[in-house]
Amino acid sequence: MSTLNYIKMKKERKKHRYQLAAWTWSWVATMALASFGPKYIWDDHTVLTVLAVSVNFANGILMLIANRNLFNNFDELERKIHLESLALTLGLAVVVGLTFTLLNHTGLIGFNADISSLVIFIGLTYLAGVVINTRRYS
Amino acid sequence: MKNKLKVLRAEHNYTQEDLADIIGVSRQTINAIEKEKFDPSLPTAFRISKLFKMPIESIFYFEDA
Repeated sequence: MSTLNYIKMKKERKKHRYQLAAWTWSWVATMALASFGPKYIWDDHTVLTVLAVSVNFANGILMLIANRNLFNNFDELERKIHLESLALTLGLAVVVGLTFTLLNHTGLIGFNADISSLVIFIGLTYLAGVVINTRRYS
Repeated sequence: MKNKLKVLRAEHNYTQEDLADIIGVSRQTINAIEKEKFDPSLPTAFRISKLFKMPIESIFYFEDA
């Protein structure tokens, strides 16, 4: 790859990052709209609720595509770092998620095993994985 | 795997950033290869070999313990 190509790759990286940020923020915004809209904006109107959920779902798919595009733009070390972090995150999400549910079913914890707790756990694990692996290879 | 990348880079007066730009990887990747924490892919090894006009096996090699 020539220097010119690498400069182009860097520009593309920037573009993919902005695209992912834009789709992520719009996904969060449409999620908030679909969550609070039925109660506070359109008074439980079924058609509008279905529309809001559909828009949020479509937005989520576009966010995934933007993430894949960014991933494909990574160089070999970055891919390794992210793949190792993803493997760690997937494994821990399954183990911790099922243990959490088990604790809930057996009544060993006093609160509900909410999906949002697992989503937060996944996010934090992935973030920690990327930080730790980046330090490992630096 | 061991390598002579740092020596070759110094001989040719390249910074890590220069080499990264020419090879088409990030500076962090060059740093990780030099510190022998990361083995490059075959295409990257070929590009390094082509740049320094040396066979791959004289840049990257195994050292018996």
